[in-house]
Amino acid sequence: MNIFARTAVAAAFAAMALGVSAASATDITFYYPIAVGGPITKIIDGYAAEFSKAHPDITIKPVYTGSYQDSIVKAMTAAKAGNSPDVAVLLSTDMFSLIDDDLIEPYETIATSEADKAWIKSFYPAFMENSQADGRTWGIPFQRSTIVQYWNKEAFKAAGLDPEKAPATWDEMIAFGKKLTKKDASGNVTQWGIEIPSSGFPYWLFQALAIQNGATLANQAGNKVAYNDPKVIEAAQFWADLGQKYEVQPKGIIDWGTTPKDFFEGKTAIMWTTTGNLTNVRKNAKFAFGVGPMPSKVHGGSPTGGGNIYIFKNTDKAKLAAALQFARFLTTPEKAADWGIATGYVATRPDAWETEAMKKYAAEFPPAVVARDQLKDAAAELSTHDNQRVTKALNDALQAILTGAKPAKPALDQAQEEANRLLASYKH
Amino acid sequence: MAPAGPFGEGMRKAAISIHVQGWLLALPAVVLLATFTHIPAVSTIIDSLFSTPHGKRPAVFIGFDQYRTMLADPVFWQAFNNNLLYALITVPLAIALALAMALLVNSRISGRAALRLAFFTPTILPMVAAANIWLFFYTPDYGLLNQIIRGFGFGGVNFLGSTATALPALMVVTVWKEAGFFMIFFLAALQQVPPDLYEAARLENAGRWQVFRRITWPLVMPTVLFVAVNALINAFRVVDQVIAMTGGGPNNASTLLLFYIYQVAFSFWDSGYAAALSTVLLLALATVALAQFFLLDRKIHYR
Repeated sequence: MNIFARTAVAAAFAAMALGVSAASATDITFYYPIAVGGPITKIIDGYAAEFSKAHPDITIKPVYTGSYQDSIVKAMTAAKAGNSPDVAVLLSTDMFSLIDDDLIEPYETIATSEADKAWIKSFYPAFMENSQADGRTWGIPFQRSTIVQYWNKEAFKAAGLDPEKAPATWDEMIAFGKKLTKKDASGNVTQWGIEIPSSGFPYWLFQALAIQNGATLANQAGNKVAYNDPKVIEAAQFWADLGQKYEVQPKGIIDWGTTPKDFFEGKTAIMWTTTGNLTNVRKNAKFAFGVGPMPSKVHGGSPTGGGNIYIFKNTDKAKLAAALQFARFLTTPEKAADWGIATGYVATRPDAWETEAMKKYAAEFPPAVVARDQLKDAAAELSTHDNQRVTKALNDALQAILTGAKPAKPALDQAQEEANRLLASYKH
Repeated sequence: MAPAGPFGEGMRKAAISIHVQGWLLALPAVVLLATFTHIPAVSTIIDSLFSTPHGKRPAVFIGFDQYRTMLADPVFWQAFNNNLLYALITVPLAIALALAMALLVNSRISGRAALRLAFFTPTILPMVAAANIWLFFYTPDYGLLNQIIRGFGFGGVNFLGSTATALPALMVVTVWKEAGFFMIFFLAALQQVPPDLYEAARLENAGRWQVFRRITWPLVMPTVLFVAVNALINAFRVVDQVIAMTGGGPNNASTLLLFYIYQVAFSFWDSGYAAALSTVLLLALATVALAQFFLLDRKIHYR
């Protein structure tokens, strides 16, 4: 035998030995997206290493999968090719798509001990609305958010407003907005009163207005929407009026991505965006700013948003058990607090706010508490079967209304009709 | 070694072995093309006749139902019309601009090399990077274009945020990006034109327009066809800048066919309908290519 043959044989034996030892440990593939700034990859890798240290028989392989949209595409295509991840953080609104494709395991079938059952009940009810359907729990809240308003205190002072008070009602939004909107000598606006972004996913910000007006956009079963409810039409009209009638907001579509920049540059005095931007605003605003809950019409309120932890179906019971262990590890009160502080997401369970780290953070930076306190008024983010298509019908209608291409009622009637058609096959 | 057979058989054997050799030589390319182009194309056409499988519901044969849905789908028609408009406007503009730039940098002017490089730069940039640069140009209020408009005392324009301007804004990016690339082809074509033709024209006292119309244009015509086919196919393959700049909005105003296919396939997870849309795109492109090669070919001067 020459040297090559011997090496090859040795390598084959080594590979066999490795194969045996690898089979005795459980490998868990974990897909996660990044939707906010900060060293997210480092934090997640740290969590995975910490977990593997405590559970030497389980190896976590974290895979960064891009944006939320990239992540669902990767998870779905991998699953369809028979190579699904074991655990993934995906949008809470992807729940029905994942159920319909029979890809995820409900937590009730794997989380069977008393401690497991108590764990499922330990999260804020507002976050669970997007995590349960058909009486079962499909997702566990991980990186969740709500919409809040940020305001520029210096601009408020300059306009003769109380810098400590954000608009608390729709009427105040208009009144404050008129005072805050400034024009130069030739009549061009140099500072807008308010910006509510409307590119990409206008339905989410619009849903806040709809909730405030007392409307609910979809039922819990995810097979019925109320796009042309008179209260929804009124909310859409109000949003369009902010730009077209009251002229306190730019006309047309306002880009989600540049809204924080507009705020930093003083182009708008108030902006609506996710609590996930808290750390970003804290770092980049060169002026005193405030963070407040949403204003109210009938009542206050915001949709929740963000990602849940899903466990994918697997015939290997050991993998499911290991996946559950990891999901529980990621959502302990300490981890929930740590993740919230690092990213700006709302810590997902009440006892996370009782940890020392969280108490200290909340004392140092009171705006962090605003999103939590708003949870009592929060409702599930719009989510249905055939979710992205049903949502797109509303997005298109809203953009048509905001650009002045269509009046509110016919646009939303059409969206309703489209949604009815899409959801017809999901009515049991 | 076997004894040589009769003359005729030897010839036949040689002919067969030449065919076998030929196929063997072509094999790697054939396998690659088949695996990544032909088989997917055929299976796409087959998939378009089935419903989309979901979880426990398998795909069932539904004939031309997906195509009927398409005919009734207003977003498909908008994407289709947008794409036609996109092709009809960007292709001639990109060609005209490319030819003009090529003529400029082909003439004897100082700083010619720098100018050539400048015109070619947009081509080197990845589309996503270019889209992001233009995203800044188009930003309302403090974006470059709006600052210029305001400098002249006009009100701001929300280029990507209104239905009337979103698609034209994307067209501008495409023309800017493609013209530099096509310029290279025209530059090569111009340098192939025999100088004695221009000398003869000068002797005849021909005007500049006449020289262009009677000499340059006919001689670069094959390049025009080549570039036009490529530009037209590119116009139906646009997706990067739509995703990066508008997401197809507002209200589908900037949705193009390939973007819509992407959306149906990877946002709506309706693979059956996406396959039907892809089939239509495939047919449209095949028609374009065939029409150009067979109809226009005859009117073009080849040396």
